[in-house]
Amino acid sequence: MNTKNKITDYDIESVMGTLLITGVIISGVVVLFGGMVYLYQMGSSLPHYKTFRGEPTDLRSVKQIFSGVIHFDSLAIIQLGLLLLIATPIARVIFSVVGFLAEKDYFYVVISLLVLAIIGFSILNVGAG
Amino acid sequence: MTIIVFSLIILAGSFLAGLVGSLTGLGGGVIIIPMLTLIFHVDIHYAIGASLISVIATSSGAAAAYVKEGISNIRIGMFLEIATTLGAVSGAVLAIYAPTHIIAIIFGIVLIFSATLSLKKRNEVLVQTEAGKFSKIFKLNSSYPTANGSIHYNVHHVFGGFLMMIVAGIISGLLGIGSGALKVIAMDNIMKLPFKVSTTTSNFMIGVTAAASAGIYLHRGYINPGLSMPVVLGVVAGAFFGSRVLVKSETKWLRILFAIVITFLAMQMIYNGISGNL
Repeated sequence: MNTKNKITDYDIESVMGTLLITGVIISGVVVLFGGMVYLYQMGSSLPHYKTFRGEPTDLRSVKQIFSGVIHFDSLAIIQLGLLLLIATPIARVIFSVVGFLAEKDYFYVVISLLVLAIIGFSILNVGAG
Repeated sequence: MTIIVFSLIILAGSFLAGLVGSLTGLGGGVIIIPMLTLIFHVDIHYAIGASLISVIATSSGAAAAYVKEGISNIRIGMFLEIATTLGAVSGAVLAIYAPTHIIAIIFGIVLIFSATLSLKKRNEVLVQTEAGKFSKIFKLNSSYPTANGSIHYNVHHVFGGFLMMIVAGIISGLLGIGSGALKVIAMDNIMKLPFKVSTTTSNFMIGVTAAASAGIYLHRGYINPGLSMPVVLGVVAGAFFGSRVLVKSETKWLRILFAIVITFLAMQMIYNGISGNL
């Protein structure tokens, strides 16, 4: 491999930066849009304080969120935006795997995969019961 | 109070939290959680959920700027993320089962600790000795660009730093804050990283750490869209404003003021936790 085509840490970091800012902007726009629909539809009603005091939301899985979005449920749209936000750093770790592969740093490919596995454990809800 | 008024008040409060959090480097979470629980009597689990989301947003936004400067060390970040994500998942599971008042008391203690640390002057002189064995195996030693050219640095006490990062992860997952203060201790004081590298790398890691615990909060139904919406939008706008617009202003008095406010909030959290009001 000649130096011209060699992928450096700097290249990886540069793409990562773009990835992160894109993720934040897209999710921010989705949350803002959902929030405006939500306030337009329910803005004048009273908040269910109870919901913030121990009654878990229904929107807790990707499936529930998507079915809500299809029915144009404003809260589901907000939740989709929040989900995209959670996905942003995860996408960064996935991208690191690809980046380290391109750098042929297999040791760090394994480390990135390990981090991904731990986050996957959390997202796929193995631990929380 | 209608939903629109409630949302606007939370939005304004979160903007302020994001602004002050970015100026002092403590992050928005340390203000958001006391605000939601003490003033609006929101269950601490929902407050933590909303705060975690805002932590991901601000950290990702700031990291985007940092990584392009080439100062953060992506290998140290990724390596230590094993520790922080493991801690974060454990912390989040703990938070689900821990009683609210216990979380409030721990939150107060961590808050006082963070406030004290934020006032301490950080060592900006790089002390370099021979690198440890592990830092070579894990390829952690690196260099960073400065005005006077590239500076090489060695990493020390990898094992100690790793352990401290597990603690930082647990605190982050349990309390919904970035726990940047603990991450900085691990990298500055234990691993002897240069000031700039540890700051940017810590920021880089916060988003991944928070995402690891956010998954568990989401599945337990503690990420509430109606509450998280104004919080995340407010904190991000505040942090952006703080980093772009007010970056040149004098922050020393602000740090002191913020430390006092935080200590006051911390005592409120501890008091309400002990008396069972939260």
